[in-house]
Amino acid sequence: MNSIQRKVIQFVFIFVGLIYVGRLFVLQILDSRYKLEAEINAVEKIIEYPNRGLIYDRKGKLLVFNTPVFDITVILREFRLSDTLEFCNKFGITPDSLKGIVADLKKDRGYSRNKPMPLFKQLSTEDFGKIQNFLSDYHGLYVQARTVRSYPHKSLANALGYIGEISRTTLEKQPNNYYRQGDYIGLSGLEQSYEDVLRGQRGVRFVMKDVKGVQKGRYRSGAYDTTSVAGENLVSTIDLELQQYGELLMQGKIGSIVAIEPETGEILAFVSAPSYDPALLSGRLYSKNYGRILMDPSKPLFNRPLMAMYPPGSIFKLAQALTGLELGVITERTQFSCDKSLVNCHSHPSPTDLRSSIQWSCNPYYFLTFKKIINQDLSTNKYKDTEIGYDMWRPHIMSMGFGSKIDIDLPNVKSGNIPSNQYYDKLYGDLRWKFSTIYSLSIGQGEISIIPIQMANFVAMIANRGYYYSPHLVRSIGQDKRMMEKYKMRHQTTIHPKHFKPIVDGMEQVVLAGTAAWTRSKDSVVICGKTGTAENPHGDDHSVFIAFAPKDNPKIAIAVFVENAGFGAMTAAPIANLMIHKYLKRKPNEYMEDYIINKDLTGKYGSYKK
Amino acid sequence: MRNVDKISSNIDWITVGFYSLFVLLGWFNIFAVVYDPEAEATQSMFDFSMNAGKQLMWICTAVVLIIMILVIDFKFYSTFAYVIYGLIILLLIVTTLVATEVNGSRSWLDIGFTRIQPAEFAKFATALALAKYMSPVNVKYERFETKLVSAFILALPCVFILLQNETGSTLVFSAFILVLYREGLSGVILLIGVMSALLLVLTLIYDKFIIVYVIGGLAFIVILYLIQAATNSTKKRLLLRNIFVVAIVAGICSGVVFGVDFFVNKILQEHQRNRVMVLIDQELDPKGVGYHVRQSKIAIGSGEFWGKGFLQGTQTKFDFVPEQSTDFIFCTIGEEHGWFGSTLLIGLYVAFMLRLLFLAERQKDKFSRIYGYSVACLIFIHFMVNIGMTIGVFPVIGIPLPFFSYGGSSLWSFTILLFIFLKLDAHRGEVLVH
Repeated sequence: MNSIQRKVIQFVFIFVGLIYVGRLFVLQILDSRYKLEAEINAVEKIIEYPNRGLIYDRKGKLLVFNTPVFDITVILREFRLSDTLEFCNKFGITPDSLKGIVADLKKDRGYSRNKPMPLFKQLSTEDFGKIQNFLSDYHGLYVQARTVRSYPHKSLANALGYIGEISRTTLEKQPNNYYRQGDYIGLSGLEQSYEDVLRGQRGVRFVMKDVKGVQKGRYRSGAYDTTSVAGENLVSTIDLELQQYGELLMQGKIGSIVAIEPETGEILAFVSAPSYDPALLSGRLYSKNYGRILMDPSKPLFNRPLMAMYPPGSIFKLAQALTGLELGVITERTQFSCDKSLVNCHSHPSPTDLRSSIQWSCNPYYFLTFKKIINQDLSTNKYKDTEIGYDMWRPHIMSMGFGSKIDIDLPNVKSGNIPSNQYYDKLYGDLRWKFSTIYSLSIGQGEISIIPIQMANFVAMIANRGYYYSPHLVRSIGQDKRMMEKYKMRHQTTIHPKHFKPIVDGMEQVVLAGTAAWTRSKDSVVICGKTGTAENPHGDDHSVFIAFAPKDNPKIAIAVFVENAGFGAMTAAPIANLMIHKYLKRKPNEYMEDYIINKDLTGKYGSYKK
Repeated sequence: MRNVDKISSNIDWITVGFYSLFVLLGWFNIFAVVYDPEAEATQSMFDFSMNAGKQLMWICTAVVLIIMILVIDFKFYSTFAYVIYGLIILLLIVTTLVATEVNGSRSWLDIGFTRIQPAEFAKFATALALAKYMSPVNVKYERFETKLVSAFILALPCVFILLQNETGSTLVFSAFILVLYREGLSGVILLIGVMSALLLVLTLIYDKFIIVYVIGGLAFIVILYLIQAATNSTKKRLLLRNIFVVAIVAGICSGVVFGVDFFVNKILQEHQRNRVMVLIDQELDPKGVGYHVRQSKIAIGSGEFWGKGFLQGTQTKFDFVPEQSTDFIFCTIGEEHGWFGSTLLIGLYVAFMLRLLFLAERQKDKFSRIYGYSVACLIFIHFMVNIGMTIGVFPVIGIPLPFFSYGGSSLWSFTILLFIFLKLDAHRGEVLVH
């Protein structure tokens, strides 16, 4: 009986069962959204930032190390505040600033409710300790440990550089997709050039967590985890002690010192004055300090050894002499009298040969030498002859490292300028310029410009009698003490080694009895140098001095450039002298040391402070 | 002993097999829920401080209950049906008066060592009373008096359970509508019920006026059709009456729409309304009521075809799904055993319920048959609502999955419900004396 009712009820049972199986099919198989949601729920991705490589000086003193900091990130989807005021009290902020932080997060282009966003950045261990216990009271707060750079000294800021959060453009342009938003990346200096070795390899850990955010072990037994690999350490070529001494000597002055070990090209000191405390651009106050340093009229971020372009002044006479000798237009015995009608000069014994022309820095001597180089009567056309001579001259100058970028391991290096003949053609017209147009090049003025690192490289090349290694700041990388191949390569100039003897002799005389004679030491250190006074149309001339020591088997080559400090002998030469003594572990002249340290030229720099 | 032998040879072992399977699977899954991979000591399913261990205790006591039910004379259940019913009603009243509130519900009675929920036991008692009332051959459901009395028997426990704020448990009693349908309730009423439910859902989704316009439009079209179709005189004679009927039906439907709207927005309490509204739009409140549904769907949905494997589920194990060893136990199946396991379990339940229908139909005695249908339909309602809410097709109503969910009261009450029927079935050849 009632078989229809029985069938209906059976049908209802089966029907509901089938509906559910179908619904589950949609839920579990067709819709893949839930699997992802489940992972967002229960799997936390923990990024393990590797320790960035440390940087040491050449004697093993620490230049850069890491300090742990803690970022507190928030996943806004999970974050609930029942009592905003209590939260703010616990975390030591005002409700308004909390609102500001959250509003800023929402403005961020990478903003997402489901991703961890930075709430508090770079809390020190101390600050983190204060809030650590409160973190578990709130859902959606996560701790990200990482490190910031720290410095046991206040030196070398421009060479070391700084790290900071990767910019959006860099993030979008990166070739191999390593970086994520919020990652730190070297933004200047060694931090930038050696980013790839310093940063190491980031690791990722997947852990399961329960609804309260408590970790519950590794996800899939760590099948997807990768371990982080610490960055490699660098050993710098810098001698921290010498560096700090150089910075002390440069206080109150604008300019740079570059000291190089000639036989290797290793940079011993790299002073850019004025500078800043590198710690200012590390950690939480980065953006605030960066803005302040950027606005400083004395431009502490301007990396002078690499970026400041000056006319070289009289030191360029050495290059002219070498080129003249190589081209055979003069010999070491060539004499010229000091004819002030050609070009102005100061009073000194006349006539001079090559050696004494260096000793006294005779302008007419180099006017005539350069004229002999440029006009070799190889063409009857005066203009053509000039062009031929100029084209013979320029490659020799270029081979000494001028006019092109020095291959240093720092970013943003300028090349300086040794104009090509096309440059003059453009300026005056083809075959419309001759020696009298360009004669000021003879004494390092005019259209040419060089940067301080090129000066240092040049004097290192003279110390080596004809070759140089590209100046560089890193001696070795990592545990296996790798060296960059390009810094093992010897650059031979076009000048024959035999031509260096009279030049070096002349440089010795500069210090013994020439333009820088007042810096002559009573000890046995033989310093070979050359003064320079770069004309400055905007104010007092720049004081330049390049030198190496000792004369035989030189250990240090140095270029000192001090803006608005007058004759080369007045400021740059004593600084070079003191640096050389410091490096060679000799007792410096205390009077000279006092004089330089206390020499404050800031008054002369008024024109910079607009 | 003769009695025991007889029982073991007559009892339906297939049903007993289903029962044992569900109870054991439930126990395993409760263990999966509480399992913590980080725990120091290896965890045991027999640890009585944990839900799985406690459930084992409930299972053991259920076995004792089964033995008691099977040993008692089968005539006892029909003879004392009203007494049992009366006692349970009394217990419900007492509970309503003395129970302390737990999660907004006043249905738990503290009996010293544990707490029980008398509403659970009202199910089998009501089934017994209904069967008892309708069993005499002379009681015909077609009579109005029968309808009234049977409705009273069903309504009485509902009132007190409602008073305990257990809306979900009250809803379960709608299972008896299917039983009454089997015993002669008009299919039209069933259809109207289903239609009303459909209207209810539509009312929640769409604006009440839109639905009323649609109903009016449909009625208008039907009337036009009727006028068009009235070709011969007989049909013309009936035309006016037919139009009248259509208008009445449309009127009633519109009334229902307004009634539902009024009910949902004015009568239902905030949390009840949310539970209904969340069903329609789960994103309404992802952190509040919608959270349960959402997390439940995430857990099940993340299981994919084969599931994550026993004890490998992350959503249930790490407490993302609330009430997971009781009302949301199905999530564990969905997550750890995937579509395959879920389908298997649903298939088992359907097979089990069809088996109960088969057993009910083979009863010679009306009392046993009605009781059997009650058992099958009660289990069906639980099955439908419980799994339905975990996969988001039913509002969140806190009722357990029979034999599967954690909890003594529910396991005991379903055990009693089922095994009284199996006892009756074992004696189906004998005649009940009324």
